[in-house]
Amino acid sequence: MSYKGKFRVWRGDSEGGELKDYEVEVNEGEVVLDVIHRLQATQTPDMAVRWNCKAGKCGSCSAEINGMPKLMCMCRMNTFEEDEVVTVTPMRTFPVIRDLVTDVSFNYQKAREVPAFKPPADLKPGEYRMQQVDVERSQEFRKCIECFLCQDTCHVIRDHEENKESFSGPRFLMRVAELDMHPLDAADRQNAAQDQHGLGFCNITKCCTEVCPEHIKITDNALIPMKERVADRKYDPIVWLGNKIRRRPA
Amino acid sequence: MTELERHSYDVVVIGAGGAGLRAAIEAREQGKKTAIICKSLFGKAHTVMAEGGCAAAMGNANSNDNWQVHYRDTMRGGKFLNNWRMAELHAQEAPDRVWELETYGALFDRTPDGRISQRNFGGHTYPRLAHVGDRTGLELIRTLQQKIVSLQQEDFEATGDYEANLKVYAECTITELMKDGDAISGAFGYWRESGRFILFDAPAVVLATGGVGKSFKVTSNSWEYTGDGHALAMRAGATLINMEFIQFHPTGMVWPPSVKGILVTESVRGDGGVLKNSEGKRFMFDYVPDVFRAQYADNEEEADRWYKDADNNRRPPELLPRDEVARAINSEVKAGRGTPHGGVFLDVSTRLPAEEITRRLPSMHHQFKELADVDITKEPMEVGPTCHYVMGGVEVDPDTASSTVPGLFAAGEVAGGMHGSNRLGGNSLSDLLVFGRRAGMGAATYVDGLQERPKIDEADVDSAATEALAPFELEGGENPYSIHQDLQQSMNDLVGIIRKEEEMERALGRLAEFRGRIAKMTVEGHRQFNPGWHLALDLRNMLTVSECVAGAALLRQESRGGHTRDDFPEMSPEWRKKLLVCKLDAEGHVNVTEEQQIPMREDLLELFEVDELKKYLTDEELPAK
Repeated sequence: MSYKGKFRVWRGDSEGGELKDYEVEVNEGEVVLDVIHRLQATQTPDMAVRWNCKAGKCGSCSAEINGMPKLMCMCRMNTFEEDEVVTVTPMRTFPVIRDLVTDVSFNYQKAREVPAFKPPADLKPGEYRMQQVDVERSQEFRKCIECFLCQDTCHVIRDHEENKESFSGPRFLMRVAELDMHPLDAADRQNAAQDQHGLGFCNITKCCTEVCPEHIKITDNALIPMKERVADRKYDPIVWLGNKIRRRPA
Repeated sequence: MTELERHSYDVVVIGAGGAGLRAAIEAREQGKKTAIICKSLFGKAHTVMAEGGCAAAMGNANSNDNWQVHYRDTMRGGKFLNNWRMAELHAQEAPDRVWELETYGALFDRTPDGRISQRNFGGHTYPRLAHVGDRTGLELIRTLQQKIVSLQQEDFEATGDYEANLKVYAECTITELMKDGDAISGAFGYWRESGRFILFDAPAVVLATGGVGKSFKVTSNSWEYTGDGHALAMRAGATLINMEFIQFHPTGMVWPPSVKGILVTESVRGDGGVLKNSEGKRFMFDYVPDVFRAQYADNEEEADRWYKDADNNRRPPELLPRDEVARAINSEVKAGRGTPHGGVFLDVSTRLPAEEITRRLPSMHHQFKELADVDITKEPMEVGPTCHYVMGGVEVDPDTASSTVPGLFAAGEVAGGMHGSNRLGGNSLSDLLVFGRRAGMGAATYVDGLQERPKIDEADVDSAATEALAPFELEGGENPYSIHQDLQQSMNDLVGIIRKEEEMERALGRLAEFRGRIAKMTVEGHRQFNPGWHLALDLRNMLTVSECVAGAALLRQESRGGHTRDDFPEMSPEWRKKLLVCKLDAEGHVNVTEEQQIPMREDLLELFEVDELKKYLTDEELPAK
């Protein structure tokens, strides 16, 4: 059952690096992360890789496997031919720290820019009442394990460093949608989605949805409805008139 | 003088799981400048793996539930070895802690009337676990993470700096605590990314580092669970209790080998799943111990009726506390009635409609489909025991979470006492919230009461730095990965689910050898993001913790909860009165001594029937009637 697998792994740091070839044992039922761990234990003890739960729940071991953004712990070796070279590279959208580890601080910065849940003023803890159907929309988005693969694959920032400042990426646009759809959130989030988080950049190519290991329908259920909500408000003639009147100088 | 980055805080929290984050929120809300330090990225801690739910007697699903019932269940689950004051505080405060999460933005599953839904779990009399499908831990950690961010946003409004009062130091490991005389004065560690040293000057440290599972081969725990907090506390002079009690979760995956040990949530059984052996028999009916006969059904018909009518039927034995179920599975496999891969069958496919399974157990469905090619809506899972949780930990004052060392606090899995000899499922997430908050409060109050700020001794900093770099010094020694594998194998084989005197003595002998091997290991490469080096430093902690587990397990001559002695199969009321306390001696060796339990307060004792107490307590401990 066991065979020698051919692996090509990116080794290097912020200064530069290269793909290196390895031959390493692969056993039945293993995933890419198992093989990377075997490399560490037997050939390359200092190979840097992030991981944690090894069960697809924490979203730490994100990388690109044969060019596809994936979790290494959920990518099974039997999806490859035995003589196929498996290439593992770090996520391209974020700066490399070392080997397969990237600097994902961009995401934590964007997370801070989304105003937190605003609790309703008139309800005390324990008094919250919500229907299951109403919480389910936001619950889908709260399945997110923050692996940042959607951010990695999104073409708005993948090859456009200059867009990073004004675009929060699918993960955090989805966070805005999650809060907007929370039955009891008291904040208004629709203008900010467009003006501060760059919702307009998204041209719904659904790449984010495709790579999501949690199978969250990011585009269909979060981004498109959010675009519709923003558009409704922007082009609603009554809202338009209201804005005009309110903005008139005193 | 060692060159390093220095920071000054009021409270430093080590660990960013549920307990650490809740402690940090509390310390910051009490006006303390707080740092959170974690080995992984922010939001990846092991809490994320918790599946089933958070136990709190809110009474939403059954209005008969209240804190007294929860207290009784917790004490029974821990076989009365629990610190009763902790169990009392936990049962009383858990509902408020869960409701509070809703004000942070948490979205739990709902009852038809819009309240938080609660599910059944092993050992809990009523449906009690607040949950979100089978990903409750993720909801908990994300909610607390987002609350931290919201506090940082408040600080930004006020000061223009997000990190003015509350900062997360991610991918940073603490290797040593600093002391001024008896009291804590700070913490020393390194950045995983650069390998550079970092020093925190702080009068109060909260340990929230979780458990010790990485000392065992088959475990549901992540790499972070290397017993850092346990070992840091001991090196700082604190005591650990109950270290002989390790929870083997009955249902871990057994196939394929690379996922062996990964958790299969107890919710599968809570929602109707049953355990069967290779003969197709629901074997748990044969394993109901005497102390639980009154609460658990002895036939399938009654057990099945319970799911619909819990008030008039006894519970299915699949929902016995985890220690009982794990031992039963172990016995079935040993008797040759196991599955092809050495487990037993856990079947929910014949018990619930497929769409109900995917709605209630989405991540189990996903996990088996992706990792084992098994569709749990159509076929049974193969499961077996996996090292899951350590009941033992830092001995703390129940109300303040303070250890025996001034300025050192502990909460969550790293603290001992709350769960006695066995933890009930669902009591961990509530433990994190209740005692995380109390630790944050305890630390803040301690800091307020200080006359003078303890100082850091530069000589201690230098020696911590030397110690951390030691693995780079030697050449030609063993690689830390192979030492780690051997250690895990030894603990699994010799101090596992069923224990014998002779095997534990062998384990202690081997652990002494490991001490020598670890002193001589070699790390290759340099300090920048070097996992070999990180493991080398964590190994010291794993070894200390393993010595505590084996040492305490050898002394306790009875079987109770997460400690089963082949040579002492009975539970002894005399032993219930004793705690085994681990402390390091001057040479750094683990000493285990006996300490008497504090007798349970009278009013708490009165919550139980005398007949039940007789099963656990000695005659003189029984209430005078």
